Amino acid sequence: MTWSATTPGAHQPDNTAFTQQRLPAWQPLLSAGITLPLFFCVGLAFIGLGLGLFYSSNGIKELDYDYTGDAGTGNCSLCALADQDRAPPRNCSCAWYFSLPELFQGPVYLYYELTNFYQNNRRYGVSRDDSQLSGLPSSLRHPVNECAPYQYSAAGRPIAPCGAIANSLFNDSFTLWHQRPAGGPYVEVPLDRTGIAWWTDYHVKFHNPPLVNGSLALAFRGTAQPPNWPQPVYKLSSDPNNTGFINQDFVVWMRTAALPTFRKLYARIRQGNYSTGLPRGAYRVNITYNYPVRAFGGHKRIIFTSISWMGGKNPFLGIAYLVVGSLCILTGFVMLVVYIRYQDQNDEDEDEE
Amino acid sequence: MFRRSFHRFCAAEEKRVGTRTVILGNHPVSATETYIAPRFCDNRIVSSKYTLWNFLPKNLFEQFRRIANFYFLIIFLVQVTVDTPTSPVTSGLPLFFVITVTAIKQGYEDWLRHRADNEVNKSTVYVIENAERVKKESEKIKVGDVVEVQADETFPCDLILLSSCTRDGICHVTTASLDGESNYKTHYAVHDTNALCSAESIDNLRAAIECEQPQPDLYKFVGRISIYNNSFEPVARSLGPENLLLKGATLKNTKKIYGVAVYTGMETKMALNYQGKSQKRSAVEKSINAFLIVYLLILLTKAAVCTGLKYLWQSNPHNDEPWYNQKTQKERDTFKVLKIFTDFLSFMVLFNFIIPVSMYVTVEMQKFLGSFFISWDKDFYDEDINEGALVNTSDLNEELGQVDYVFTDKTGTLTENSMEFIECCIDGYKYKGVTQETDGLSQTDGPVTYLEKADKNREELFLRALCLCHTVEIKINDTVDGATESADLTYVSSSPDEIALVKGAKKYGFTFLGIRNGHMKVENQRKEIEEYELLHTLSFDSVRRRMSVIVKTPAGDILLFCKGADSAVFPRVQNHEVAPIKVHVEQNAVDGYRTLCIAFKEITPDDYERIDRQLIEAKMALQDREEKMDKVFDDIETNMNLIGATAVEDKLQDQAAETIEALHAAGLKVWVLTGDKMETAKSTCYACRLFQTSTEILELTTKTVEDGERKEDRLHELLIEYRKKLLHEFPKNSRSLKKAWTEHQEYGLIIDGSTLSLILNSTQDSGSNSYKSIFLQICMKCTAVLCCRMAPLQKAQIVRMVKNLKGSPITLSIGDGANDVSMILESHVGIGIKGKEGRQAARNSDYSVPKFKHLKKLLLAHGHLYYMRIAHLVQYFFYKNLCFILPQFLYQFFCGFSQQPLYDAAYLTMYNICFTSLPILAYSLLEQHINIDTLTSDPRLYMKISGNAMLQLGPFLYWTLLAAYEGTVFFFGTYFISQTSSLEDNGKVIGNWTFGTIVFTVLVFTVTLKLALDTRFWTWINHFVIWGSLAFYMFFSFFWGGIIWPFLRQQRMYFVFAHMLSSVSTWLAIILLIFISLFPEILLILLKNVKRRSARSPTFELPTLLSYKHVDSGDS
Repeated sequence: MTWSATTPGAHQPDNTAFTQQRLPAWQPLLSAGITLPLFFCVGLAFIGLGLGLFYSSNGIKELDYDYTGDAGTGNCSLCALADQDRAPPRNCSCAWYFSLPELFQGPVYLYYELTNFYQNNRRYGVSRDDSQLSGLPSSLRHPVNECAPYQYSAAGRPIAPCGAIANSLFNDSFTLWHQRPAGGPYVEVPLDRTGIAWWTDYHVKFHNPPLVNGSLALAFRGTAQPPNWPQPVYKLSSDPNNTGFINQDFVVWMRTAALPTFRKLYARIRQGNYSTGLPRGAYRVNITYNYPVRAFGGHKRIIFTSISWMGGKNPFLGIAYLVVGSLCILTGFVMLVVYIRYQDQNDEDEDEE
Repeated sequence: MFRRSFHRFCAAEEKRVGTRTVILGNHPVSATETYIAPRFCDNRIVSSKYTLWNFLPKNLFEQFRRIANFYFLIIFLVQVTVDTPTSPVTSGLPLFFVITVTAIKQGYEDWLRHRADNEVNKSTVYVIENAERVKKESEKIKVGDVVEVQADETFPCDLILLSSCTRDGICHVTTASLDGESNYKTHYAVHDTNALCSAESIDNLRAAIECEQPQPDLYKFVGRISIYNNSFEPVARSLGPENLLLKGATLKNTKKIYGVAVYTGMETKMALNYQGKSQKRSAVEKSINAFLIVYLLILLTKAAVCTGLKYLWQSNPHNDEPWYNQKTQKERDTFKVLKIFTDFLSFMVLFNFIIPVSMYVTVEMQKFLGSFFISWDKDFYDEDINEGALVNTSDLNEELGQVDYVFTDKTGTLTENSMEFIECCIDGYKYKGVTQETDGLSQTDGPVTYLEKADKNREELFLRALCLCHTVEIKINDTVDGATESADLTYVSSSPDEIALVKGAKKYGFTFLGIRNGHMKVENQRKEIEEYELLHTLSFDSVRRRMSVIVKTPAGDILLFCKGADSAVFPRVQNHEVAPIKVHVEQNAVDGYRTLCIAFKEITPDDYERIDRQLIEAKMALQDREEKMDKVFDDIETNMNLIGATAVEDKLQDQAAETIEALHAAGLKVWVLTGDKMETAKSTCYACRLFQTSTEILELTTKTVEDGERKEDRLHELLIEYRKKLLHEFPKNSRSLKKAWTEHQEYGLIIDGSTLSLILNSTQDSGSNSYKSIFLQICMKCTAVLCCRMAPLQKAQIVRMVKNLKGSPITLSIGDGANDVSMILESHVGIGIKGKEGRQAARNSDYSVPKFKHLKKLLLAHGHLYYMRIAHLVQYFFYKNLCFILPQFLYQFFCGFSQQPLYDAAYLTMYNICFTSLPILAYSLLEQHINIDTLTSDPRLYMKISGNAMLQLGPFLYWTLLAAYEGTVFFFGTYFISQTSSLEDNGKVIGNWTFGTIVFTVLVFTVTLKLALDTRFWTWINHFVIWGSLAFYMFFSFFWGGIIWPFLRQQRMYFVFAHMLSSVSTWLAIILLIFISLFPEILLILLKNVKRRSARSPTFELPTLLSYKHVDSGDS
């Protein structure tokens, strides 16, 4: 590019701090006098945080059970055998028995975990229609092309909810039973199936289509249920606030996981006697085994865990803080030694801050 | 650019060779001939590139010719056509932005050009048509039209002066806008047409002009006018540059002139001279391209690896098509090869951000804006000429910090080029002049101060010669009335030597009073006016190195006075006269004066007749006029009598010596290339401390070489001898040569033009190469080289020779005169000095400064900073994009190689153009890692960045590894942190977009803080953009996630960012990851500081570097 920077009129350059590159400036330099105390401070702070995180994480209890049903791993293997050739799921039930020797400090959350399930596959991840899920009637009738091959049913009717994500909704169900006195009858522990989805998802992003004559079923008339679903979307739950597109299980499932091994929140245990946790005793989890995972080499797992201020159990964060904190202090010491040695070597007075 | 439009507008383009015939007024010359008007192009100046219609296609075409833009276009097209992970918007938007910004800039520039063109093209001119003065727009002028120009008007096209309406047919012209020379130049009308002074008479003139096709050389013109003056035989007169009035020049001191247009529009000499200069590319740009290729390879490798792994992974059927994610029938039916190809393209698209579009914009902006600091610098402002530095190209800013060799002109560059007459010698007697001019007048009665006196007649002859043999003019000052005219004569000349000589003669009583009607008037010591008729001027040129005048004395004798360089004059005078004067000349040269020898010759009337005929014949020649003239001149200037010699001092420029010393200390090799003679140049070199007294001088000059029997043998001997000496001194061909200088004996080399051509053009086949290589070896070992007696072309030759040395060093040429233009154009960086010898050098340079001393700050401070800034900019850009893309690459291993993007499309798009662009731009404009004052005062700092040090493999690897480390930390840090049921205290789970947003947040903060760590000079602007960018990122993320965007298909980011920040664990994780990423960098800075502290010696301190310091009290 060619241009003349000085126009013929203005010859004398402006004498401003900016044009002369003499703007007032702060010129910091990480000198030892500043950084060494900083290193020690940061190190100590990190170690403190790390300890806190580590103990919090250690205080979190987790109880998990792999119910995929590999041969000889319990009574779910019978169900698993049935699912071998991807037959339409039948209602196969199995159970997991466990006993707690002491109180399982609550509040307790129930998660399920799938492995080798690629919810983050690109083709899978785009296979949804957010405007349909927001209850837009026109989208209900005309799902987006990304939903293919779960866009229209074989009969040509629009699928609601369309797409691969919705179609593959996790449909195992769990109930928890507590044998209160030893040897006594099992009492069902109430599972709170609400409040498991993001508030914004449940309240803003997902909406049912407007009711027709007060009936949700009529609103969905003319649409087909996803091919893998045993019942249409409006029958997901009997609770009108938890059915259709705003069914919380469904909403949770629709938030696709980042990694091929993921957990999703199934329920919270916070009612009655169980609000503080699960008391000691024998327990049984009744599992309705529907979801085929062995076809793609996956596993499924059920997890009871308590949740602290930092979330679920994760020793990594605490350990990482401890390591980095110690590293900081170690470096601080090394730098101190190096610094003192050089200080001795050239014994000039330094302009230290 | 001009050439292209030239082709476009002159469809009937003739070749440049041959002649054209211009019919005056486009009247048929004779009734018998049928006149077919040849087609010439119109007088429209088109400097603009585009018109309204072709702007879009042409501009787009030109922009997409750049490889980078083309690459992004391809990526964009792939995104449009193939099903790719990111929408076309992500790469289309930045590309659109870049293209638009560039197009707007170019369009604006073109609009300015259009406006300027229109101003010229629509200006009013008067054309004589059918004996009437017709008002016309300038662009309507046709070749052959007779144009009337009034005083102080600019010539609308190249005109042949027909009549100036004065008795002597003279007009004065200033060419300030063409070559910057503000003195008046005299142009002459052909005698035969001079009398025609009205529209009617001009209209009756029948003439044809035959002249050469348009040539860009401003000072050459060959033509012939044939005038059909009622008589049957046309009268032919020769036309030269003195008859040609150039477009762009201004008429002065003359009421009006008539001229006939010969070259119009794009064929005028001015237009031809503005042809685009060859593009110079900087070393940094080459590095960028190299890095680009590396990153392109990384990109291709990544895409190939991912594609390969994808198909490996998919070979397991339940991975290829699990029941929950079935393909459509169409996808199943696609050919596998096609699928592989599309997948490869998709990965390319996914990773394409590794080569950022915005880097080019940022680099361009940095260069464009950064170069303003040069023209703004008030240290470069010179009050004498009332101008500062000028930047002609901003592409080379950083090259100023990379210079290895400096080639400098002597006269006008190292020296002031304001000449002062010091002494003269007449017949071997030395006359030491009176130095104060005021005293000179009072001494006019007596003879000049003398030691021994020469013959009075010889004295007067000598002084008359000084008064007559020149091309000086008197500047006529309108405001001064006639009475005082003689009191303040202002001399104007293209050569300051001549003014000094004329002034010198005035001191001794002979005053030149000007030239009128071909008579030169001289006032002699007795206050009498002598008139000499000027018969011929044999003008000066740099090949002959002398000039002569032939005058007729009042007594009727015809005399030739000649003045010139000793080497040019001595062979042409009687031998016995040479010896006494030669002693003085050599002594003067040693003292650093410029010497000229004066000779004269009496010409008998018979001889004169012959000479006159020969001269006129040569002047009339259309072909090879130059050679013919030279030959005639050569014949005339023989057998002269030497009268004496003059010595003129050329003062050293202010701080020239300090500048040279600083450049030396900075490890630069300074070569002085001058046309001056060896002794003069050598003394100047000592004076400006290019050579120290301790420097051992190696001479390769005609003198030393001619000692031997055969020049070439002797030369060979010398070369071998010098090489031995130097190799002995520097046994290892170590790279620490620069350091060695300070400890070892210094060597300087002197070579002159003829020896150089002997070396370069040696006929020996086997020997020539070795001569040259030995010579180069010697040159490289010498701290300073002086090349004297150089022709302009030889200067360029030397520069080219050094440029092609091993390791291709960066060369810089600095000069002020037209003779330096060739070397200024040849070298990597050309610097022009706005000196007294016109503006040609400054016009052809990349940068121009008023004085040589400004070179110091230009290189040591500006060059250093520009290099450092742009190198950091480039490294940082590649670094931040590798950081950006690496997590996305790693994520492919966890999403089944499905090209799932890790970040949201908005983040992909905005990362480079919004979140991380301004801090680096501000850094690259404002950073001063070392104070400007320190840089200027300690030249050794310049060595630290020599040899493109910051863009070598080492630093590049460092940045790349740092980016790889940080990218890995971002991804796996987040990966491990998300290995939990929940990050929140309410047990809710996050999805993939939250995961990506965590990585992205860490990324944006880390790369911005990394830049903050690198910033040593925090002005309020840096604070503003760094913290502002981070704040903008936060703000944007809230905003982007806070609304359901109706135009988006998927509301992926809805409340993701806010939700993410509601978790304490995420905060802790982000802080931890940022800290881990920056930890090695902090450690390294600390170690460097400790090392610098230890390296500190009592003599060498970097005072500003070691503590917190507020440069000025007011800190933001």
